[in-house]
Amino acid sequence: MVWFKRSKHNISPDSKKLDMPDGQWIKCESCSEIIHNKQLELNHWVCLKCNYHFRIGSKEYINLLFDKGTFRETDKKMKSGDPLKFEDTKKYNERINSTIKKSDLMDAVKTGTGKIKNQKVSFACMDFKFIGGSMGSVVGEKIARAIDRGYKEKIPVIVISQSGGARMMEGAFSLMQMAKTSARLARLAEAKLPFISVMTDPTTGGVTASYSMLGDINIAEPNALIGFAGPRVIKQTIGKDLPKGFQRSEFLQEKGFLDFIVDRKDLRDKIALLIEYFADEK
Amino acid sequence: MAKNNTLDFEKPIYELESKIEEMRQYEGDLDIKDEISKLESKVFSLKKSIFDNLTRWQRVQLARHPERPYTLDYINMMTTDFIELHGDRHYGDDKAIVGGLAKLDGQKVMIIGHQKGRDTKSNVYRNFGMPNPEGYRKALRLMKLAEKFNIPVITLLDTPGAFPGLEAEERGQAEAIAKNLFEMSKLRVPIIIVIIGEGASGGALGIGVGDRILMLENTWYSVISPESCSSILWRSWDYKEQAAEALKLTAPDLLEQKIIDRIIPEPLGGAHKNYNQIADTLKSILLEELADLMKIKPDKLVQNRLEKFGAMGVFEE
Repeated sequence: MVWFKRSKHNISPDSKKLDMPDGQWIKCESCSEIIHNKQLELNHWVCLKCNYHFRIGSKEYINLLFDKGTFRETDKKMKSGDPLKFEDTKKYNERINSTIKKSDLMDAVKTGTGKIKNQKVSFACMDFKFIGGSMGSVVGEKIARAIDRGYKEKIPVIVISQSGGARMMEGAFSLMQMAKTSARLARLAEAKLPFISVMTDPTTGGVTASYSMLGDINIAEPNALIGFAGPRVIKQTIGKDLPKGFQRSEFLQEKGFLDFIVDRKDLRDKIALLIEYFADEK
Repeated sequence: MAKNNTLDFEKPIYELESKIEEMRQYEGDLDIKDEISKLESKVFSLKKSIFDNLTRWQRVQLARHPERPYTLDYINMMTTDFIELHGDRHYGDDKAIVGGLAKLDGQKVMIIGHQKGRDTKSNVYRNFGMPNPEGYRKALRLMKLAEKFNIPVITLLDTPGAFPGLEAEERGQAEAIAKNLFEMSKLRVPIIIVIIGEGASGGALGIGVGDRILMLENTWYSVISPESCSSILWRSWDYKEQAAEALKLTAPDLLEQKIIDRIIPEPLGGAHKNYNQIADTLKSILLEELADLMKIKPDKLVQNRLEKFGAMGVFEE
């Protein structure tokens, strides 16, 4: 005999929390604040409490920077050619193909042209999620072509970097992309066209040691890791712990390598203003 | 050859050579002339078969051989009237990169290169050939000076990498290298690059943009050293041989990849076996290449250089 009878089956172990579906809430990696996805998106993936800049990709930066519907992607289909038939624990071409499938990207950079506050620019943005944003032949060639587009159309060039450095699996080819892109920037500079470099977390190795550091204006997002050698390697070399804030944006500005640090919400305004300053008034 | 500098794969040669050495001591007493000459020809064919079939890792070992000629050795052997120029005029004088004015058979050149040390003391002094930013800035200052007075530039590359230190980062290692790539790509005098030992990544490329890229036969040039590549991709230091194979980093590899223009043959057994021979070979090739490049007008030279590096890369569209 049942003494108390439950009138409604309102609690059961497998019921779904209707107001909090999975993946709607995100914990800030810096201050552990729980933030709603939509709120975070409206704030350009920057923590509302501590200003931590979440890592975002080319798609998000394009939406953030460009006038609606003006961005046209270029060299959309360019794909790595595996020149060395490289194989470590995995074949490089398999790594490429599976990363393409997983990330919905063709390589670690997206390029194109579009308008920022009605001013046309040539643009490239790297994606860390594609093999650590590493630079191989495709990244080098697409960046070089983006610079050439600026050169030919006489428009400013903007590159957003996010990379662990040159891509090992293309050996010396990757290394030479540093020279290739820097040479194209030299030609752009001779034509007196502006190049704005934006560094985001992280920008290291051969990418920092080529186009990222060659901006007429070098900008970074707050607290981004920026350097040549990675912190782990430096720590091993000197056998000491690294000082707090070492190789972060604020440190680089202090040492004289950045023009300024910009919050993501101000990035579009700041770039638009710079382009206006550098525009040919003739 | 000092025994402790013998590489693993050279041991059979060394053993035979010391046997001959031993026999020579009895040569006066016994009639073993034929025996010795037989052994000598055996050594030669053994050497030939070993050095014609070097693995990539073995070439890396040869590139790092502690008896190999370094930049200052080549300068002493190939040039006259050398005046070393010091300092970047901003911070200091980096000992890991040396450079200055010199004459190559009377031809004025600005010659710049990485400099390693030969023992512990000189290696500490030279920071093991790993430059700090001021090294790259000194190199650039000398190149701009050469451009001003219309003197061609020769750079000799031999570094295990740019120095990964705290101060190097503070003073802008990345910026210094990037600036050199930018400026070298538009320098209005001929630039010849020679990899004489190790060409490790950005640290090498930082003085490595030019019109001709030459590689000595037993050297390597890549985006990363085999050891570091092994530690990152295999997560262990034990796969350096495989990494060297995978990276395809030798002179024949880079010639096939159309990244370099020419291989400079070394004496049998490596450059360190005959300093005069390798210096003579390099000198005559440099003079030959310089003569060609000096006929080209500066505008064309810069345009060709842009196209040369522009063509490097493999992709599908």
